Amino acid sequence: MGAISLRAVEKTYGHGAKAVKVIHGVGAEIADGEFIVIVGPSGCGKSTLLRMVAGLEEISGGEIAIGGRVVNQLEPAERDIAMVFQNYALYPHMTVYDNMAYGLKIAKRSKDEIEQRVQKAAKILELGGLLQRTPRQLSGGQRQRVAMGRAIVRQPQVFLFDEPLSNLDAKLRAQTRLEIQKLHRELGVTSLFVTHDQVEAMTLAQRMIVMNAGRIEQIGTPEQVYGRPASTFVAGFIGSPPMNLLQGQAEGASFRIGNASLPLPAAAPRGGPLLLGLRPEHAGLGRDGEGWPLQVEMIEMLGAERLVYGRLGDAAFTLRIDGTLPAPRIGDTVRLQVPASQLHWFDVGSGRRVGAEGAAA
Amino acid sequence: MVENRPLATTLSHLVLVLGVIIVAFPVYVTFVASTHTAEEIVRNVPMPLVPGSNIVESYKLALLGGQTAYGSTIPPVAPMMVVSLVSALVIAIGKIAISLLSAFAVVYFRFPGRSLVFWMIFVTLMLPVEVRILPTYKIVSDLGMLNTYAGLTVPLIASATATFLFRQFFLTVPDELVEAARIDGAGPMRFFKDVLLPLSRTSIAALFVIQFIYGWNQYLWPLLVTTSEDMYPVVMGIKRMISGGDAATEWNAVMATAMLAMIPPALVVLLMQKQFVKGLVDTEK
Repeated sequence: MGAISLRAVEKTYGHGAKAVKVIHGVGAEIADGEFIVIVGPSGCGKSTLLRMVAGLEEISGGEIAIGGRVVNQLEPAERDIAMVFQNYALYPHMTVYDNMAYGLKIAKRSKDEIEQRVQKAAKILELGGLLQRTPRQLSGGQRQRVAMGRAIVRQPQVFLFDEPLSNLDAKLRAQTRLEIQKLHRELGVTSLFVTHDQVEAMTLAQRMIVMNAGRIEQIGTPEQVYGRPASTFVAGFIGSPPMNLLQGQAEGASFRIGNASLPLPAAAPRGGPLLLGLRPEHAGLGRDGEGWPLQVEMIEMLGAERLVYGRLGDAAFTLRIDGTLPAPRIGDTVRLQVPASQLHWFDVGSGRRVGAEGAAA
Repeated sequence: MVENRPLATTLSHLVLVLGVIIVAFPVYVTFVASTHTAEEIVRNVPMPLVPGSNIVESYKLALLGGQTAYGSTIPPVAPMMVVSLVSALVIAIGKIAISLLSAFAVVYFRFPGRSLVFWMIFVTLMLPVEVRILPTYKIVSDLGMLNTYAGLTVPLIASATATFLFRQFFLTVPDELVEAARIDGAGPMRFFKDVLLPLSRTSIAALFVIQFIYGWNQYLWPLLVTTSEDMYPVVMGIKRMISGGDAATEWNAVMATAMLAMIPPALVVLLMQKQFVKGLVDTEK
């Protein structure tokens, strides 16, 4: 039904010598009913990709299929999709009811059917009392719900969300996130959700697509993306504070950063120059004399946890420890214990993951 | 103002009152003159400044025409008012319709020479009717449109100002609205009708006021293209009533006509004022 196939999708702006390629052959298969989050920094092409699925941008190369039907040449209205925009794009002069009913009116549905669908969507989204208001009289969160209502009444195969939460305040955002999750569980409609916010991505996604500079860096479940980042970009983008990336030389069972040599709990997948990745929470404080020496430079108390910034040889390193543990003193050297399973290895040149564990899909 | 400075307040009121007097006094004189007989106006120098008792007769004479005390014939103003009203309405509505459509095309459609077209429209801003009046006259006369409503209105309908204004307004309409409408399945004309038109309502009202007055006050152009009396607009009628040379001018009828000619534009302003101000105050975006 609502499966989406992206096949070598490309987007180029301009012609000839001035042509700028912003999407470089993106491919992905999205199953019916899946909730997919496309995440990446601004300018990575995630919104462009979404707009190509919506039909608002022309597809310069490759193919997009929705529900097994290639939609390259179809108008947005013919693609059986609905989109929620970042600034909601509600028609300012229409009431909430008319905003939701507009698409159905154009599709020449009967009055009864429109009424029934709008009332149903209003009930799901708790908009019942607001149907006769205009968007101007609504709060940001209510407008956001109306925008979703407008999508729901169309009963499309695919929902497209273009950063729909970024205009809401933090509290409302968390609440709406839960509502969107609930909605997806109830309706089971394939959803493509674009965001630059990794928390949104991690919490909402069944699978996420991490994009950078017009290419897909990794596709996978939040656990896979967080647990086995496919590249240094993903490692640095997902997780806050980001994964520590240490550049050095792997020599058997030790890793050399400048003059310092760190013992490895398990051998590196290969010798020579490598990037070693380690998440701040995966190193623990060890006993004196054992493990990696971290010279503490700064400490931040966040309540439940404490961030310890320091140096490991020449390299900066961030450590996250439980807030109830006694804080190390600034200037002290603490010992880090590193579990073998939490070490990530990346190629220095390409930034891609190396080693057996890199085969995360 | 939050400040409380009596002197400044008095001064600003003084200036305002003075301004009102300067603007309103001629209108008042016109009104007073229209309430006297022609004889009273000419005989008393200076003219009396209190209303006389001839008001009904003056306006009847102006509206319906007829013989004057001096024996000259005054043409009725009522049909001229109709001509003026029809032309002003056609000009205002035609201008708005054409400008809306051309601005819509220029802003929302990508066609070859789009910016060329826009700049051509823009350049005509520099060519008011008076500059191109002879070639326009030639065309209108060749098309046999002299002494017709078409001749009176069509050449004045194309408006670069209004097109430009609507273009600027359309540019402020967020792109997402267009895209939302596309996803809802609204074609271009549907979008125009259902979204753009309601959003431009207040600008349309403002332009209607301006263009109606523009159409109503046309003088030079009707002077050229009309030669038969039944196609004269009222503004021309006033001028024609002021006879030069030896013939006596029926000043009371002239002034009554002037007052009558003032009423429709004043009414339009008064009736549309609310919309007009609303257009300036709240931004519906």
